[in-house]
Amino acid sequence: MNSKNLSALGYGLLFVGLLAAPLLGAYPVFVMKLMCFALFAAAFNLLLGYTGMLSFGHAAFLGGSAYVAGQSMKVWGFTPEVGLLLGTLSGALLGLVVGFFAIRRAGIYSTMITLALAQMLFFICLQMPFTGGEDGLQGVPRGKLFGLVDLQNDLVMYYVVLVVVVAAFLLIVRTVHSPYGQVLKAIKENEPRAISLGYDTNRFKLLAFVLSAALSGLAGSLKTLVLGFATLSDVHWTASGHVVLMTLVGGLGTLSGPLVGSAVVVLLENKLGEIGHFLATLTSVEWFNTLGESVTMVTGLIFVVCVLAFRRGIMGEIIAWLVRRKADIKG
Amino acid sequence: MEIFGVSLPGLLSQLLLGLVNGSFYAILSLGLAVIFGLLNVINFAHGALFMMGAVITWMAMNYFGINYWLMLVLAPLVVGVFGVVIERLLLRWIYKLDHLYGLLLTLGLTLLIEGVFRSVYGVSGLGYDTPELLEGATNLGFMMMPNYRAWVVVASITVCIGTWYVIEKTKLGAYLRAGTENPRLVEAFGVNVPLMITLTYAFGAALAAFAGVLAAPVYQVSPLMGQNLIIVVFAVVVIGGMGSIMGSILTGLGLGIVEGFTKVFYPEASSTVVFVIMVIVLLIRPAGLFGKEK
Repeated sequence: MNSKNLSALGYGLLFVGLLAAPLLGAYPVFVMKLMCFALFAAAFNLLLGYTGMLSFGHAAFLGGSAYVAGQSMKVWGFTPEVGLLLGTLSGALLGLVVGFFAIRRAGIYSTMITLALAQMLFFICLQMPFTGGEDGLQGVPRGKLFGLVDLQNDLVMYYVVLVVVVAAFLLIVRTVHSPYGQVLKAIKENEPRAISLGYDTNRFKLLAFVLSAALSGLAGSLKTLVLGFATLSDVHWTASGHVVLMTLVGGLGTLSGPLVGSAVVVLLENKLGEIGHFLATLTSVEWFNTLGESVTMVTGLIFVVCVLAFRRGIMGEIIAWLVRRKADIKG
Repeated sequence: MEIFGVSLPGLLSQLLLGLVNGSFYAILSLGLAVIFGLLNVINFAHGALFMMGAVITWMAMNYFGINYWLMLVLAPLVVGVFGVVIERLLLRWIYKLDHLYGLLLTLGLTLLIEGVFRSVYGVSGLGYDTPELLEGATNLGFMMMPNYRAWVVVASITVCIGTWYVIEKTKLGAYLRAGTENPRLVEAFGVNVPLMITLTYAFGAALAAFAGVLAAPVYQVSPLMGQNLIIVVFAVVVIGGMGSIMGSILTGLGLGIVEGFTKVFYPEASSTVVFVIMVIVLLIRPAGLFGKEK
């Protein structure tokens, strides 16, 4: 079986699995949250993995849009699809502003600029009255999609989320394989060369920024719609770090990487307590029982290990292994 | 006497507080610049090292009764040795890679270090008393100046100027600057560059810890105290540019003062003013105030 068929099979299985998940007894809200993070990571990867720009401010797009979507559905009484649209648009707008400043400097400076601007938004959200400060924006109603479909039912909500996330993911796939995506790759590999070929690289980079931010905004709005609240933790810089970790664990610059990475990271964080108890009974080291409270520590450890020994990530390693195997068979 | 409806002593005391914050910005951005120059790594862990300096000082006082003055020397030493370990064990492997891995590795380290301290001390602040010698305030006639704050500013500026002198005016500094320009050539002249790199990181870590000790009586000592500071320092570095040592020092102090002023006249903006300045600088002088981009 060649690798193209293999990946088609993989995506097919994943899709069927997601279709069947709530019927097989998976908790729909948890899987929906997972899908939101998967979309967030895939959007982030569009920028880092395919354009080579490390944004450390993606929390601004996730959290900022979450507030806008929440406010529009709760206070202004818009229907969910308008809320999602407004959230996505505000993500795009924030991306335009942050991207405009970020591409004024190269490399590591650009990353620090995104981080600083996102932190600025964090402080603004902390002080604005409508965000509810430390309490967050609570009690956002799910409402009726197009005024018709009642989203109160978790199962209905689930399939709406699935459709939106799959559509957004297909858009990312299409973008990566489009001529525009090829230019982005060229910029990542060798920007001076892309410039010498006549491409206005800043415009391409800015557009990538806006697209990535808009999709992150969609993920944030979707998350608000599902959970019914938007909080400061989504705008905090740790959320930006989180999405970097998901992408890194899954595999930078691979389409499937962010999906796998986000699932691994979210599952690990949710199950860390149980893993700790298991390790404690296995090794009878009492300390493992407290592992559930040490999420930051474990996250940090994964970061260090990934950077030092596992830079290709899970999917990157698998793809590299497939390529090697193919070469062996031919050779 | 009043200026724009604010009493002069009130204004001056906020200004001094701003200068205290500025001193920390200066020391930390100086360390970041020195490390980046030679290692090409943006040390996200700088905030965590700063926090370690403060927490170790608190620990030494509470568990062993070691006083502030001794810790002013000991804490930087301990954290400096920790820096040697980090550099030899971890950073060493990623110099040849893209910048982003350095940032991600040190980010991981930050989470790891903060996580360890959090699991012991939680997130609430631990109080640390001002050393007896510097308690109280001096009446300058036009304002009451808290002695400890004055000491922080004087000590920080002394350390910053000292660092500037060593790097710009001594032979050791000349090696360092040459290493920043072209490490392979310097190595060809028989200078042990890997050792120099290790010591540079250790020195940067020690500087951060020194700032941490100074901060212990001013801020609440807590495992998270370095987090927000490091992001502001990043903005400071973007504003000043990392090309010039004196530039880092002046930018740090200047932004502290601006922040102090903002606290007086428009307190709502005091947490965002540094970022706003960063935006303005990026619009007018994209390379930073003292910038020469590498």
